[in-house]
Amino acid sequence: MSKKEQSRQWIIGEVTVNGTKIPIVDTKLISADRLGSYKARWGIGRMRYIVEPGLYAAGKPSAGSPVFVSANYKMSFDRLRSQLKGIDGWILVLDTKGINVWCAAGKGTFGTDELIRRIRAVNLTDVISHRKLILPQLGAPGVSAHKVREVSGFMVKYGPVRAEDIPAYLNAGRNATAKMRQVNFGFTDRAVLIPNELIQSAKYFLPAAACFFLLSGVGADIYSAERMIRYGLFSAAIFSAAYVIGITLPPLLLPWLPGKAFSVKGASVGLILAVAVGLYFIYNPESYRNVFGAAAWLFIIPAATSFTAMNFTGCSTYTSPSGVRREMRAAVPIQIVLATVGAGLWITGLFA
Amino acid sequence: MTGLRYLNNVSTLRLDTARCNGCRMCIVVCPHGVFAVTQRKARIIDLDACMECGACELNCPEDALRVKAGVGCASAIIQGAIRSTEPSCGCDSKESSCC
Repeated sequence: MSKKEQSRQWIIGEVTVNGTKIPIVDTKLISADRLGSYKARWGIGRMRYIVEPGLYAAGKPSAGSPVFVSANYKMSFDRLRSQLKGIDGWILVLDTKGINVWCAAGKGTFGTDELIRRIRAVNLTDVISHRKLILPQLGAPGVSAHKVREVSGFMVKYGPVRAEDIPAYLNAGRNATAKMRQVNFGFTDRAVLIPNELIQSAKYFLPAAACFFLLSGVGADIYSAERMIRYGLFSAAIFSAAYVIGITLPPLLLPWLPGKAFSVKGASVGLILAVAVGLYFIYNPESYRNVFGAAAWLFIIPAATSFTAMNFTGCSTYTSPSGVRREMRAAVPIQIVLATVGAGLWITGLFA
Repeated sequence: MTGLRYLNNVSTLRLDTARCNGCRMCIVVCPHGVFAVTQRKARIIDLDACMECGACELNCPEDALRVKAGVGCASAIIQGAIRSTEPSCGCDSKESSCC
């Protein structure tokens, strides 16, 4: 099977309406779809995980069937089609540059203009007899329902936040309950984001860890490879631990960590690691070079974990830009001071 | 929301009650239950839950809502500061780092 055919396995047929051929999609996800999602979560080919924008059919839709609008990020599209089992409907996929609905709405690519353009590009008025569209609620930051109506004549109805609520939404006569309208950020919602965060930050943290390793050989006698192995490995390991913990624990433990600011939550996990490292040093005095090199970690670790946790605001579903700005005004100067003091101590330790 | 709350007294959301016609569109689009409608007028019942996504402003047909909308994302703000532009995640199709 060619790569192209394989990537379009989810097309299971074709329906012709007024001379236009419309692909019919599978409403069942297969292992290739799940593998694709898994890879995207690890950042593999994530920006190329796309569906061609346009009109698709689910089941045996007719001119009166509902139209669901989605993004052309394949994971978004898969979420939608997998909920249309036994539902005859149309799927209008917007060109969101491979970005999910909510993020694309924030950038305006899942937006009023693209929606109007896509309605025309697929000649939607030739395919259906009504003028109603069901949009995911999280498309609303990019779409102005009354403007779409003004310009195109189509009435935008916002469906539930989550595709899994679509059957219940339709059964209730296209009414979403208050619960369907609320965004959550539960344990699983947070945990699935971690792999991509690890991958994205690796390009900053791994070189930094390598620097700790290589610079550990430096000393008053210029350089010693033996010292690099003896102290450098452990330094790199501590820094890597700060990175892994700073990326994974704040999302996992978010509701239970102290403070509302993410930088405070991050600093708290860093302090725990710093104390653990400090205790290890106390019981294993041979593992550190001198008091400067050991004390440095009390500053470097909380600075690093505070920073990584602060960056997780972008993944969260409830932080406002005004709030993040306020948090950063207080946190960033402290992070810089901690990092500078820590780096200063560590470098002093090389020559002490 | 599942008990997770962000900083208080930061949201820029403002409602001009005089313009509001009680159409409930803000209630429909808000992902955090910020609004309620009583006697055909919207009210902000939970301002501190607002994440400034801008959905309500964009979908208010009476132009009764104002919010400085954007993404609540530290790396976007850093990117914006470095390039001295508006906060942006820099997620055009060429780059891989994005929400």
